[in-house]
Amino acid sequence: MAVDLATVTRIAKLARLRLAPGEAEPLVAELNGILRWIEQLGEVDTAGVEPMAAVIPNHLRWRPDAVTDGGVAAAVLANAPASEAGFFAVPKVIE
Amino acid sequence: MSDAPFTIRGTTGDWEIVVGLEVHAQVTAKSKLFSGAATAFGAAPNTQVSLVDAAMPGMLPVLNGECVRQAVRTGLALDAEIHRISRFDRKNYFYADLPQGYQISQLYHPIVGEGHLDIEPEGEAPKRVGIERLHLEQDAGKSVHDAHPAMTFVDLNRSGCALMEIVSKPDIRSPAQAGAYVRALRSLLRYVGSCDGNMEEGSMRADVNVSVRRPGAAFGTRTETKNVNSVRFVMAAVEAEARRQVDVLEAGGTIVQETRLFDPDRMTTRPMRSKAAAHDYRYFPDPDLLPVELSETFVADCAASLPELPVAKRSRYVEALGLTPYDAAVLTAERETADWFEALLADLVRRTGKPATELAKPASNWVTGELFAVLKRTGGGIEASPVSPEGAAELLALVADRTLSGSLAKQVFEAMVETGDSAAAIVDARGLRQVSDTGAIDAAIAGILAANTDKIAEYRGGKDKLFGFFVGQTMRAMAGKADPAVVNDRLKTALAG
Amino acid sequence: MEWRDANRMTALTDLTLAAMRDGLRARSFSAAELAQAHIAAVEAARPLNAFIVETPDHALKAAAAADAALARGEAGPLAGVPLGIKDLFATEGVQTTAGSKILEGFVPPYESTVTAKLFAAGAGMLGKLNMDQFAMGSSNETSAFGEVVSPWRARQPDGALSNRVLVPGGSSGGSSAAVAARLCAGATGTDTGGSIRQPAAFTGIAGIKPTYGRCSRWGVVAFASSLDQAGPMTRDVRDCAILLQAMSGFDPKDATSLDAPVPDWEAALTGDLRGVRVGVPREYRLDGIDPEIAAMWDAGLAWVKDAGATVVDVSLPHTKYALPAYYIVAPAEASSNLARYDGVRYGLRVNEGGSLDAMYEATRAAGFGPEVKRRIMIGTYVLSAGFYDAYYRQAQKVRTLIARDFARAWESCDVLLTPTAPSAAFSPGDKADPLAMYLNDVFTVPSSLAGLPAMSVPAALTATGLPLGLQVIGRPLDEAGVLNAGFALERAAGFAARPERWW
Ligand SMILES: [Mg+2]
Ligand SMILES: [Zn+2]
Repeated sequence: MAVDLATVTRIAKLARLRLAPGEAEPLVAELNGILRWIEQLGEVDTAGVEPMAAVIPNHLRWRPDAVTDGGVAAAVLANAPASEAGFFAVPKVIE
Repeated sequence: MSDAPFTIRGTTGDWEIVVGLEVHAQVTAKSKLFSGAATAFGAAPNTQVSLVDAAMPGMLPVLNGECVRQAVRTGLALDAEIHRISRFDRKNYFYADLPQGYQISQLYHPIVGEGHLDIEPEGEAPKRVGIERLHLEQDAGKSVHDAHPAMTFVDLNRSGCALMEIVSKPDIRSPAQAGAYVRALRSLLRYVGSCDGNMEEGSMRADVNVSVRRPGAAFGTRTETKNVNSVRFVMAAVEAEARRQVDVLEAGGTIVQETRLFDPDRMTTRPMRSKAAAHDYRYFPDPDLLPVELSETFVADCAASLPELPVAKRSRYVEALGLTPYDAAVLTAERETADWFEALLADLVRRTGKPATELAKPASNWVTGELFAVLKRTGGGIEASPVSPEGAAELLALVADRTLSGSLAKQVFEAMVETGDSAAAIVDARGLRQVSDTGAIDAAIAGILAANTDKIAEYRGGKDKLFGFFVGQTMRAMAGKADPAVVNDRLKTALAG
Repeated sequence: MEWRDANRMTALTDLTLAAMRDGLRARSFSAAELAQAHIAAVEAARPLNAFIVETPDHALKAAAAADAALARGEAGPLAGVPLGIKDLFATEGVQTTAGSKILEGFVPPYESTVTAKLFAAGAGMLGKLNMDQFAMGSSNETSAFGEVVSPWRARQPDGALSNRVLVPGGSSGGSSAAVAARLCAGATGTDTGGSIRQPAAFTGIAGIKPTYGRCSRWGVVAFASSLDQAGPMTRDVRDCAILLQAMSGFDPKDATSLDAPVPDWEAALTGDLRGVRVGVPREYRLDGIDPEIAAMWDAGLAWVKDAGATVVDVSLPHTKYALPAYYIVAPAEASSNLARYDGVRYGLRVNEGGSLDAMYEATRAAGFGPEVKRRIMIGTYVLSAGFYDAYYRQAQKVRTLIARDFARAWESCDVLLTPTAPSAAFSPGDKADPLAMYLNDVFTVPSSLAGLPAMSVPAALTATGLPLGLQVIGRPLDEAGVLNAGFALERAAGFAARPERWW
């Protein structure tokens, strides 16, 4: 499954990575090299094998339903590049 | 009631519509699905946000057990398969109000599988709608687009609140069915207590999937109209979108599979501008969370905790209490109404010592007649009723023991609403007690007969209708307080001569 | 003042954690002296670029508190010990960058569970250690704050030190360099595919990645959630045991944390391997293995036998698929974990007056380095529509098989002994091809995929005087067995080499 320039462009778009002019072409070759290498996994017979779900056997614990957090708007907003009136502010979105 | 399928009459023939609904219902819980921040509505921006909800680096989700419990209870109420092992996946996309860059949801292994919901669409036959699945997921934050000319403001208070996404099968065929489905689901969720169903505050909203086809043909291409937030709008969105699709198809066009928005001002749908790019959500199991495992005991406890659900309640009202299906449906439509009615009935049984089967009918009539009329006038729900179920039981007990006639009971109830006093107090203070004493009634009858000898002759000559005249005259003479049954009885005897 | 004596200060920075602990309790020196000595060493070692931020005030404050606690006789287990903290751990009020421009200036309003535990035990922080950007790398070349330079230099045939710069390994390269250069006796590291063990091997120190779930991941900037584990890096095995004990423990804030008691690992160090079966995985004998690495491995096997162990041959048949599986799982998880760096709530924002999407794209393009972008691209691709089953799901199935290989091996042995890395430290730029760099993790990745405890112990020097490490891998939760085998190896190896100071 070799990737081409269009695929690299599409993936970069999905990942919200702007590629500078000339940046996509070398990535095509590089990604193809890596993908060819990881595709050897296809050789492995995994019929009837479950994908790993827990790295070490463990059970999901549940938290009781209680308000134990929040009320820290200042801390939440402290590192924001832009905020106004208690909101995060971003370039205008048109729906 | 019509069994004819709903169709849109186009210029080229009839079209059938196919609708599936994805309802997002906010789980009733104090804290969020994966954090300990509060979920209450209407707080100042970003005050109900933990560092987890804001997706600070290194923050991790911890599952709220109550949300699991409510999802399972809801699944059981939908007669659905409960999956003993489910998983949380990440749905990856970028949006300003999605701090993690992914929504934790359940794609591959939802907690609840197939079930069904019975609906009673207005003007159509009752119908069973299939449920495809119910899964738990996080809500996103809220973007405010109109507060600043160049900026969108983001409030993460809702970010991470638990939602149940309840997906129907594409079984819905008319706007009325779509409306009935949302109403029935809302009622069920409120019965279960897993969602407050408050559509104005966004606790419940529907994504409406609509396609059209020639009757019996294969499914057409569907569109998804997002976040429709009232029953009326759901019905309008179905109708508007179906008609739009028919217009497009009849003009020789094709339907584009897309995400649309409902415009409540124009009652139309329009494509979402920001979602033009094709989505590729790259779902994969969230590695921060392990599979959700449910024990048999847990599921059994969830089942045991369910209240009597509307369908069961309705048939009990008909079969055990002898109510009409219509009255039963009205009384069980909302859990609060049914609870109120049952509290009234229980207290009435206690006060009168009479069986519920005998009292249910008059109690039901009184609730759906007198009480609903007052509620309609005062503009509140049953939870805002000016009288309590016990107060009403006292009133109806006075009717049952014939202290009050129906018309006196109306007067007393009006006075109760006005003054807040109890029925007994009003009866005593105003002397509204019904007169059943045959002496007083006979005396009144004698007076009426003496003054109307001509009418007696006519009556006896076969003009039966005049009986009503004598009743009216007697009641007036008794200032409306005579027991109508006694008046009837004594008048018949007297007129028989 | 006595502590200003240069020799005494050097002596203080030469101490192990255990020796510091004992010396502080015996009042041979004060915690303040200890902190000052290390602060001075950190300042003098800036050419190594091991720290992104120095926090002398933090270390001094902790030292003052420790001295007071020691005087009251109620000091915590790490009272007065100055540590280096990898910049992947969120530290309250102190910039935390994960080695990336995208987090430059980010000051967490919270403390990671691991650092909170260390500070609660009385330790202080000398600063935030440089690292490969988002822990992606094996050489520290991907840091946005400049490469870390290894304190080690190769020796030329004439015996003189070479001028050629060497990498300290990665991604915990700031940690390995700082510990090896005696800037701190212990540092935190994190290991996703070998990021504690490989840099430890490259710099002649010890490091252990515990069982997945031993150390809380809460407050540790995520790279690949199902693989990331914190662990200690120190100059000897005993210190690893001491520091790991302070870092470990159940954390309800991490759903993958293990609710298991933390044993007294230091007490388990006997060096006695009688009755222990040491497995040698056949598949790790790669064709063309470096003869110096092979010789060290053989020596290691002889040492464990001397300590009473028996050596058994075992097979881990899916070993060759570990790296490809890792390079699907880790980038996939990373592509999702790093989506939060979007310029909205913290970190870098590059605004070009355009749309929200334009802001995302410009911010992420400017904020992430090339290796991070490469892995986000791979991860996004392998998860994208139509490819999930062939790549991610298949990799997770292979991972199950790899874990089964280990489980089967535990039927015939108690620990595994392998080299830590296929070579000694190299120079920056030597592995410009990303694949060549990825192959560096060939011995460490399989145990990461299986979540097993594994450590590297310094074992030998190459002919040019560079350190090599042996890796011990153990059963889930058997850090005690791993540490004790490491302890026996360390004793037998008698590794005493240290980088000659050139900075
Ligand atoms: Mg939807
Ligand atoms: Zn949803």
